[in-house]
Amino acid sequence: MQIFDIFLLEAIVNGILLGGMLALLALGLNLIFGVIDVVWICYAELIMIGMYAIYYLHVTYAWPLWLALGCAILLVSFLGVLLHQFVIRPVLAAEPINQLLVTGGVLFLLQGVATLAFGVDFKNLGVNLPPLSLGDMQLSSARLVAFLVALACMIGMYLFLTRTYLGTAIRAISQDRAIMPLMGVNPSRIFLITSALGGALAGLAACVLVLQYDIHPAIGLSFGPITFLVCVLGGLGNMIGGFIAAFIFAQFISVGGFFLHLEWGYVIAFLFFIAVMFWRPQGLFGARS
Amino acid sequence: MTKWLRWIGVAALALAPLTGMGEYPLHLLVLCLLWGFVYTSWAIMGRLGMVSLGHGGFFGIGAYGVVMGWNHFGLSPWLGLPIVLVSTAIVAFLIGYPCFRLKIVGHYFALVTLALSEIVRMIIVALRDQTGGSLGATPTTALADTSWSIVALQFSSKLVWFYIVLGVWLIGLWVWTRVDRSMARLALEAISQEEDAAASIGVNVTKVKLAVTMISALLTCIGGVLYAQYQLYINPETVSGIGISLQMVFGAIAGGLYVRLGPTVGAVFTLLLAEGLRLALGHQIHGLDTTIYGLLLVLFIIFMPKGILGAATQLWDRRRGAKALATAT
Repeated sequence: MQIFDIFLLEAIVNGILLGGMLALLALGLNLIFGVIDVVWICYAELIMIGMYAIYYLHVTYAWPLWLALGCAILLVSFLGVLLHQFVIRPVLAAEPINQLLVTGGVLFLLQGVATLAFGVDFKNLGVNLPPLSLGDMQLSSARLVAFLVALACMIGMYLFLTRTYLGTAIRAISQDRAIMPLMGVNPSRIFLITSALGGALAGLAACVLVLQYDIHPAIGLSFGPITFLVCVLGGLGNMIGGFIAAFIFAQFISVGGFFLHLEWGYVIAFLFFIAVMFWRPQGLFGARS
Repeated sequence: MTKWLRWIGVAALALAPLTGMGEYPLHLLVLCLLWGFVYTSWAIMGRLGMVSLGHGGFFGIGAYGVVMGWNHFGLSPWLGLPIVLVSTAIVAFLIGYPCFRLKIVGHYFALVTLALSEIVRMIIVALRDQTGGSLGATPTTALADTSWSIVALQFSSKLVWFYIVLGVWLIGLWVWTRVDRSMARLALEAISQEEDAAASIGVNVTKVKLAVTMISALLTCIGGVLYAQYQLYINPETVSGIGISLQMVFGAIAGGLYVRLGPTVGAVFTLLLAEGLRLALGHQIHGLDTTIYGLLLVLFIIFMPKGILGAATQLWDRRRGAKALATAT
């Protein structure tokens, strides 16, 4: 019974750390949706490109890790701007579902480009952080880093949105897209800045993920869907909601996976998601429009 | 006149394999019709504003349902078929009814249904002791000392499969036409434009949407059964989850959602694109087909949201209209 409890506690703590990672993933997507009203289905693929960038800069070209990480963030941020400028902008006036699908096309495009350029074999950064032991528990320190980064990003994002002029303009745009041009805010400029920020957050997620997982072109499919579901669960566009939802989701996966099997943890989490959708279609923390 | 042309077209298609084309072109033809059928099934609901990413789930239930029944219980696919159809109907109802009651539409509908297809994929992987997990599964062969088995629904002749799939494809088109000509279609078009307004003039939104969803899901499930029995190999990644769901959506959109043959044209187009690139470049260059496919999808949605056939018929109509106008004046 004693051992059993320690393992359960370990599952819960690991769940909290996993929650931090999911929260980081959800943050950028929520920002984009809240401001531009578009779901980047290809968000996870942007992260994949960032992970490859880090791998090649650090392993192939032997750049110091911090420089590789910084460059990857800038690169993905730039990709976000390109994505907005060339793909999202032409369909901003089209049906909302077309905006979702057009980024689905980008998903295939990025996957194809990655396969073409980097091949299908798994790549590993080769940077292994030692596991932490806390009492009898074994915890992944890469996940602890992810958790702390997510927390810092959340606080940073909150301060940015509430304390700066630009942040206030972004919040205003997300509340009323039609009226803000009259107040002297240029929406296309704000959209570009938001895309760059969303891209940078994807790049940051890439930095954290590359420490834990092998890189391959289809890796986006393994955490892409769950990121969307976390965002929807918290209420699309609601950053704090998404943050909390990430932890709830992660507990289902971690503890469910502990009692049964990892995939069953996911199944339970997804079923919980559907059940919540029927109870509160606007998400756990969304406002009913 | 057009009706005659249509029957001549079907007859020509039915006779095409008898001209002695090789195994490979026949294989492509079977796949075109099979995917044409599946994309048509998706488009029956997709074109009415219900963009589902959950059809990978229905496809997966069909494919894995019959194969698991056959492999573990010796259940003939003919008996498996009603079971998977009933299961699909139940799942479609469980997901559809609350969605439509609570007016979950647009992004939210797409993402809730996405959760469904991921659940099906995860369950298949989690039951790896029975399903083989990510390695996929093969139906136990009944063709050891015979070339066909009706009980096992396995045929080594591609010709047999061609006629089965042709028949199912025609049924799919027939269902499309029936839905298209029904009162429900008018109601649904009103719903996809403005749901509240449609409800206010007495359209039972939930019931109509649910009926169309059921039809679409059941046909997709049949597509999954046929796919499994024809390919004799299934894999959770290729028959369920987000990948195949997006594939259906894009196939239908590339061809044209709003014309009857549009999804089929989409299936022919995407298949020929993939096979053509593979033949031209060989197996060495991985990923080029996906790259071009993705690029074309982006271009299609931006510049040609009505799809290939949709844009073509629009151009044709406009030209004919201009000609009629010229003769009238």
